[in-house]
Amino acid sequence: MARITVPNADPYLLPMAALLTAVGVTEIYRLGPSDAFKQGLWIVIGVVLFALALFGLRRDYRVLESYKYLFGVGAIVLLFLPRLPVIGETVNGARLWVHLGGYQFQPGELAKIFLIVFLAAYLREKREVLAQARLKDLGPLLVIWGACMLELASSNDLGSGLLYFGIFLAMLYVATARLTYVLAGLVLFVAGSIGAYDRIAHVRERVTIWLHPWTTTKVYCPQTGTLALRQDCESYQLVKSLYSIANGGYLGPGLGRGTFDTANGHPLIPEVNSDFIYSAIAQEVGLVGAAALLLVFMLFVARGMKIALQADDGFSKLLAAGLTFGFALQTFIIVGGILRLIPLTGITLPFVAYGGSSVVANFLLLAGLLLVSNRANAT
Amino acid sequence: MNRQISRIAIFALLLLAALIVATTYWQVWAAPSLAAKQDNAIQRVAQFRIKRGLIYASNGTVIATNVAQKAAGQTLYFRKYPLHDFASQVVGYSTQGRSRAGIERQENAYLTASNANLQTIWSKLADNLKGATIQGNNLVLNLRVNAQRIAQNALAGKCGAAVVLNPKTGQVYVMASSPGYDPNQIESATGYAKILKSPNACPGSSSALFDRATEGLYPPGSTFKTVTAAAGLDDGVYNVNSQFYDPGYCVEYGQRVSNALNPDQTAEQYGNVDLLQAYQHSINAIFCKIGMALGAKRVIDQAKDFGFYSRPPIELPADEVSPSGEFDFTHHRFFTDTSKMDPGRLAFGQDKLLVTPLQMALVAAAVANGGKVMVPHLVAKVEAPGGGTVVKVQPQVWKTAMKPATAATLNRMMQAVVTGGTGTSAQIPGISVAGKTGTAETGAPGIYDAWFIFFAPANDPKVAGAVVVEHSYHGFGGAVAAPIAKELMQALIPGASKG
Repeated sequence: MARITVPNADPYLLPMAALLTAVGVTEIYRLGPSDAFKQGLWIVIGVVLFALALFGLRRDYRVLESYKYLFGVGAIVLLFLPRLPVIGETVNGARLWVHLGGYQFQPGELAKIFLIVFLAAYLREKREVLAQARLKDLGPLLVIWGACMLELASSNDLGSGLLYFGIFLAMLYVATARLTYVLAGLVLFVAGSIGAYDRIAHVRERVTIWLHPWTTTKVYCPQTGTLALRQDCESYQLVKSLYSIANGGYLGPGLGRGTFDTANGHPLIPEVNSDFIYSAIAQEVGLVGAAALLLVFMLFVARGMKIALQADDGFSKLLAAGLTFGFALQTFIIVGGILRLIPLTGITLPFVAYGGSSVVANFLLLAGLLLVSNRANAT
Repeated sequence: MNRQISRIAIFALLLLAALIVATTYWQVWAAPSLAAKQDNAIQRVAQFRIKRGLIYASNGTVIATNVAQKAAGQTLYFRKYPLHDFASQVVGYSTQGRSRAGIERQENAYLTASNANLQTIWSKLADNLKGATIQGNNLVLNLRVNAQRIAQNALAGKCGAAVVLNPKTGQVYVMASSPGYDPNQIESATGYAKILKSPNACPGSSSALFDRATEGLYPPGSTFKTVTAAAGLDDGVYNVNSQFYDPGYCVEYGQRVSNALNPDQTAEQYGNVDLLQAYQHSINAIFCKIGMALGAKRVIDQAKDFGFYSRPPIELPADEVSPSGEFDFTHHRFFTDTSKMDPGRLAFGQDKLLVTPLQMALVAAAVANGGKVMVPHLVAKVEAPGGGTVVKVQPQVWKTAMKPATAATLNRMMQAVVTGGTGTSAQIPGISVAGKTGTAETGAPGIYDAWFIFFAPANDPKVAGAVVVEHSYHGFGGAVAAPIAKELMQALIPGASKG
C-alpha cells in the first residue's frame, strides 16, 4: 500500500514502526496472550486506517490545512469527552477513558494528532504575525496554555498536559524562531504545575512518589487508610517496575524468561503490559536490548526530523516536526517516568504498549510522516 | 525554519539519549543495591528458577538441597535442609517469603552462578542459550558433622555457643549456637513465629535465628587474661617467672578490687606467686596490677592485634558477625577511648568488654599458631555443578597478634591451667591440652556466663576453640564449659581416647 500511494516516502520509518509494534505485541503476548489478541485486532484497525489515510491523502495531504479549525475543535471535543457523564471513566485516578458499549478508548491519543495538524496549519498562517510578538498575538498561546492546565487539573493527568504543551511550544518555536515564547511558556507551565501541586492531591502524590519512593518508616497510605512503607503502598508500582528493570542486568534472561509472577501466579508488577511495558522488556532483554529499543526510537525521531528538514513548505515542515517531536516527547514522558527521571504519569509507549487508541493514533502519525516525506522527495 | 527544526531534533534526541543513560543507571549501577532490597520479590523469585548450588559438610553430607516444583508452567527450585537444625545459623536459609540468611545469603552469588568467575560465566551462558536450567555452584564447608552434632547436643537445652577451628589453616570445624532452629520451618508463618520466640533457657535473650557464635556478645571474664598476658610478655615487661605478691585484692582508684569477686578462684589470697601461677589460678588481683602497669591503651592495642574491633572476615553476612571490644551501653556501640576504661578490671576481662565466641576462639588459635591469627573459613571450596573446582579456599594470615616466643610462653601457661589450675576437667589422657577458663558476671548474683578457650595437642595444635554457656547458675567455666570443649577435642583429634 505504502509502495503504491507514497512511492517516494522515507523507506526506514515503516519498517521501524513495524519492528516496534512487533516487539510490543510479542511482549504483550508473553505477558498475557488474550491481551495480545486484542492488541492484534487494534493493529489491524490501525493499519487499515493508516492505509486509508495514505490512500485518501495521496494526491495532496495539504488539503488538511483548509480544515484546520475542524481539527482544532475536534481535538478539544476529544479531550473533553472523558469528562462527560455516563461514557467517561476514571482509571488510576485519572479521567482519560471513554466507554462506549463494550469498548473503551483514550480519545487523548487521537486529540494529540488533531492538535498537531491544527497547530501546523494555524502556525503556518500566523507565523509572521506571531514572530513580531505583539501582546495581542499572544492570545492563542495563553488560550492553549489555559486549555492544557484545565486538562491537567480536571483529568489529573500531568503527563498528557506536559505532552500537549511540549508539542505546542516546540511547534511555536519552529514557526517563530523566538526562544522567548518557549521560555515564557515554560515559566507558565512551571507556575501551573506548582499551582496544581498545591491544589491537587493526586499531583502532589505523584511528585512525592517520584522524589521518595522508598521510606524506612511507615507513612500514611491513602489507598488503605493505614500506615505502611511507601514502597508497599503509593510507590508500589514504580518500585516494582524498577526492580524489574534492575533484574535485567546487561543481557537479561531472554524473551519469555523474565520474572513477572510469583510461584503461585501472583503478579509482581502491576499494569505491566500497558504503562510498564518498558520495564518488562528491559528485564527480559537487559541493557543491551533496552538500549537497542531506545535506539530504534531515536532513529525514528532522526528520520522524522529529517523529513521536516527536507519538506519545502511551512505546513509540511511544521506537521512533520510536530508529529516527530510528539512521538519523542511521549516516549520520554513514559519511559522517563518509569526510570524516575520525571514524575511517573501513565501514558503509552508509542507502538509498543498495549492500548487500542494508542496503536491507531500512532499509525496515523506514521501515515502523516510518510505523506510529508513522499511529497518532499518527489519534488 | 530548518535551524529551529535541527535544534528541536537535537533536543528530542537528547531526551531519548537520557533514557538510555537512566536505563544503564538502573540496570548496572543501582542493580546491586536494588537486588538487596528486602521487598524485591522479583529478584528472589527469579532466583528460584536457578537450581541452587548444594551445600555439603566436609565429609560430603548434604546440608542444603533443592526440591523441584512445577508452578505456572515452569520448574522452580525450593530449598530443603535434610539435616534440619544442623548448624542452622551458619548455613542460614533461602526462602521466598523471608529472603536469606547465613551462608545462603553471603555466598548467594556462587550458589546462583552469578559470580564473576570465567568458568561460571561460560557455563551459565551455555545453559542460557540452550534454554537449560541454570545450575549454581556447590559449596563444600569445613564443618565436621560429628563434632558439630556433639556441640549442638552438649548445648541443647542451654543457651550458648561453641566454635572450633584449625589454628593453622583457619578452617572452621564446629560453629554451634544454641538454641538452633529448623530452616525448613522458616517459610511458613507459624513456623517462623515459633522460631522467633526467645527460649526460656536464657531469659532476655534473642531468638534462635541469632548466631551466638558470631553475633553473641558476652563479657569474656578471665579468658581475656590471655590477651593481657600477651601484652605484658610481648613487651618484655614480664616473663613467665615474674614475681608478684597477692594480698587478696588490688587497689584501684583508691578502692579495693577483691579477689573474692572472682568465682573462678579457689583461694582468696595466694601470697607470693609468679606470672604462670597467677594465670593458672586466674588471680584477679595480679592481673589488675598488670593492667594498671601496662595501661588500658596497651591492653586494647594488644586486643586489636588479636582482631578485636574488627569483624572477623568469615563467610557470613556482615550484619551477622559482630566485632568485639569495650562496649558503650548508653550509645550502643564499641568505643576505643582508653581514658574511659578501667585498666585493672579490663585486664581480667570485666569492665565493659563484650566479645564473641568466634573472637575468643581466634585468641586461643593465635596462641596455638605461634602468634598468627588465620582468617576463619567456613567454606572449603566452591565446586562447579558438573564437577571441577571453581575456588579452593587457601589459608591466609589475618593478624599477627604476638611474637612466636610470647605464644610459646602462653602455650605453657595455658597447659598449666589444665594440668593443675582451673581447667582440670578438660584433661584428656595421652594428649596435652591447653586452655583458660572464664566465669563472667552477668549482673545477676550467682548467675554467670561460663567460658572455656582451648587448643590441643599443645605441642602440635590441631584444633583450637571457645565454648560459652550463658546464664549458668553457679556454673563456672571449668565445670560447665570445659567438659564440652573436652568432648569436642576428643571428637576432632585422631587417636584421642574417649572417656
